[in-house]
Amino acid sequence: MKAIFTLILTVLMAFPSGAETIRLRAGQSIKEAVNNASDGDTLLLSSGLYQENEIIIRKPLTILGESFPIIDGRDKGNIFLVAGENIHFKGIKIINTGKSNMDDSAGIKFFDSKNCSVDNVQLENTFFGLHFSNSSNMTITNNHLVSTAEKEYQTGNGIHLWKCKDSHIEKNYVKGHRDGIYLEFVTNTVSQGNFIEENNRYGLHFMFSHDNSYIKNTFKKNGAGVAVMYTKNVLMKENIFEENEGPSSYGILLKDISDSEVVGNIFRKNTIGIYMEGSSRTIFKNNSFNNNGWALKLMASCDQNTFEANNFFANTFDISTNGSLVLNKLQENYWDKYEGYDLDKDKIGDIPYRPISLFSVIVEKIPSAVILWRSFMVTLLDRMEKVIPSITPENMIDNSPKMKPYDFGTTNP
Amino acid sequence: MFKLLKYSLYDIVKSRFAILYTIFMILVAVSIYQVSEDMSKVSLSLLNIMLMIVPLIAAVFATTHFFNNLEFTELMLAQPVKRRDVFLSQVLAVVIMLSAAIVIGFGIPMILWGADSTVLTLLGIGIALSVVFAGLAFLASVLTRDKAKAIGISLSFWIYFSLIYDGFVLYLIYSFADYPLEKTTLGLVFFNPVDLGRIIMLMQLDISALMGYTGAFFQNFFGSAKGILLSSAMMLLWMLWPLGVAMRVFRKKDF
Amino acid sequence: MISAQQIHKKFGKLEVLKDFNLEFDAGKSYALMGPNGSGKTTLIKIILGMVIPNTGEVFVQGESIKGNFAYRSNIGYMPQIGRYPDNIRIGQLFSMMQDMRPGIKEYDLDLIEAFGLDKIMDKPMHTLSGGTRQKVSAALAFMFRAEILILDEPTAGLDPMAVETLKNKIKKERDTGKLILITSHILSELDELTDHAIYINEGEVFFNDTINSLKDITGEEKFSTAIARLMEWSLKKKKKITDLSHV
Repeated sequence: MKAIFTLILTVLMAFPSGAETIRLRAGQSIKEAVNNASDGDTLLLSSGLYQENEIIIRKPLTILGESFPIIDGRDKGNIFLVAGENIHFKGIKIINTGKSNMDDSAGIKFFDSKNCSVDNVQLENTFFGLHFSNSSNMTITNNHLVSTAEKEYQTGNGIHLWKCKDSHIEKNYVKGHRDGIYLEFVTNTVSQGNFIEENNRYGLHFMFSHDNSYIKNTFKKNGAGVAVMYTKNVLMKENIFEENEGPSSYGILLKDISDSEVVGNIFRKNTIGIYMEGSSRTIFKNNSFNNNGWALKLMASCDQNTFEANNFFANTFDISTNGSLVLNKLQENYWDKYEGYDLDKDKIGDIPYRPISLFSVIVEKIPSAVILWRSFMVTLLDRMEKVIPSITPENMIDNSPKMKPYDFGTTNP
Repeated sequence: MFKLLKYSLYDIVKSRFAILYTIFMILVAVSIYQVSEDMSKVSLSLLNIMLMIVPLIAAVFATTHFFNNLEFTELMLAQPVKRRDVFLSQVLAVVIMLSAAIVIGFGIPMILWGADSTVLTLLGIGIALSVVFAGLAFLASVLTRDKAKAIGISLSFWIYFSLIYDGFVLYLIYSFADYPLEKTTLGLVFFNPVDLGRIIMLMQLDISALMGYTGAFFQNFFGSAKGILLSSAMMLLWMLWPLGVAMRVFRKKDF
Repeated sequence: MISAQQIHKKFGKLEVLKDFNLEFDAGKSYALMGPNGSGKTTLIKIILGMVIPNTGEVFVQGESIKGNFAYRSNIGYMPQIGRYPDNIRIGQLFSMMQDMRPGIKEYDLDLIEAFGLDKIMDKPMHTLSGGTRQKVSAALAFMFRAEILILDEPTAGLDPMAVETLKNKIKKERDTGKLILITSHILSELDELTDHAIYINEGEVFFNDTINSLKDITGEEKFSTAIARLMEWSLKKKKKITDLSHV
């Protein structure tokens, strides 16, 4: 409501001055045009090359491109610097910010702004792509960010928000940056339908960012998956986390996350599906864990979490943990390794399932022992442990394992 | 050579054992496919068959065959044919029969229910391990004159490679847990054909876990074509050396 | 035609043949005799290349058999016990043996007809009686008109009629000038079929001459008693040696 009111107000304010459309030809100075423009004007950039950087915008303006005019920063640093309200970017292509860690060069950098949008913008070879600080009501949609840096230090984050709120990050594609989407002190923000792949560090990385939701995003083949920290009240729904493989790669790393929901996601072919430490009161429901090395690594510092009605398929290890004390709840999950029976036909197995195998405990202590996995001897050891549990934690147990997998109706099994 | 092989093969195919083994394989494959629809679960169940049962059968069958065929071998040696050819025709007949049983036994259910690359790899491993253990069995056979003793040696090979060796490796890893042992363990695994077959499968089934936090070494190894190439080459070596040694002994052996 | 020169063979610690020399000539027929374990079978196997001597060399038709296999197409061999693949048929066995000698096109099928094997060509080997197998072995030995025939206990297990047939065949081949080498425990048979006697004792040639001269030396009229005398002598010789070692 407040947003709409502000919008109407700004439109009204802009109207009297008579918004104009100013057309620029390739090579003409954007900077000059910005300086000459009145509030609410539209700068229409014809297609072609514009070699400029440090374009500063402090008034309401729309930068509109005609078949993606190229704005080339020639590796000299920030290209657009924005501080204001109602500033919109659409249909342009921004390239070559250079690789400077000193001033965090970005394609477009917003400070203290409100009600701005970046839509359908292509960014190539930028250090940071879109960089926002201390802003609110930002709409970031349909952008395409690709960086070709080989090393982590040669690139910044794709979409970077710091101290922002009430924003939308939707349907963007981010590839080859340090973090795909980075949020720090960001609240009430929705990330939806983004496709984030092959970034050097994390696909999604947030800290101290409460009350956000992440819906239907895909995070694929990022260096270390997704890492979220020190945050409460997060909703993660129907995302896909896949093919994050490597010595320290996770579908999601949850560190100090509480009172959150992780629902209907798919974790596929990750070295570790979910790694959790210091997290509590979080519900994991209707997720699918397929073909992961470890579906879950639950550190002993986690408590009061609930894992309910999830599917576990073809994971090398379902769960491992580092302690013997377990204060989390497992119920009504489907485990493909479950070998029990259902005599009373209530579709719940009559004997409990212990998702931690002896060998996974051994591997936890001595990682290189993983080489013996699936050998006859290890199978024997695991069988013996199932009959007479001695090392594996006693409380890590699903007392109501489902006999048949859930059908979540998701596009991918 | 091919004439000899033709007759050895004819004899072996006509034997009751070949038919029984093929039927056994079909039954195993069909029941596995019946129980689970999920292809990765199918490969897992087949893996145990390939790593345990197939080598056992290969070892026992090859030894028995060698001794049951001893008189025929002697007859052949009195004919104008090379000793090498006599040996190779026997080996090849055994190997072809064992492989055919696996391919037919698993191939028919695979045509009916479908297969993926892991199942095909598995067939390859089954055949490779058949060759390795047939080779070891032939080696045991040419080194002894006694059938019971040879079967004993073949079975020892089998127990050693499928159980004792891994126990030893685990013990080693446990005892030296404080040292970086990735290279050593991987190296040790290369000296056991059953482990080698298992590792080639792990690279397809459990790649995510292998890429785990055991450091860059496993990752480099398993993440690259080099790993597959190296382990396949090593497997080939395992298929060849016992037969090579057995042939050398056979060429100098008195009948 | 066959010449064994300075053959030495040990099985483990057991010396089977000691500095063994023998010549077999074309056109002659030899009875190879000696007590059990004297080295007869080993000698035959060495000639056939089935046992490899520690030292010494064997020449067949002037060529060393070391690393050679083609010479065996000139040898017809009938083993003591013929064991064949179970599932192969008689006819297949014959054609297999013919396959292995692609150079030979003319086959001697006398024995196959005489033994009536042509009527049971499609019987698998494992259904045959011991005697029938022996007939098959005999038929195979003669099939390729080999220059050299080595027959190890050829008549053992055969019925009297078959024995006669086989003997006649052997005589017939002998008369065409082939080299024939027979081991047998039936002395009358050897007397009938061979003209040379070779007596091997403890890995050494104890006697090697014509049967006639054997009878002369021993002063016996009958072959069997002559051989018995020979065996007595060989035992004495052994005793003598042991006596000496005691002194």
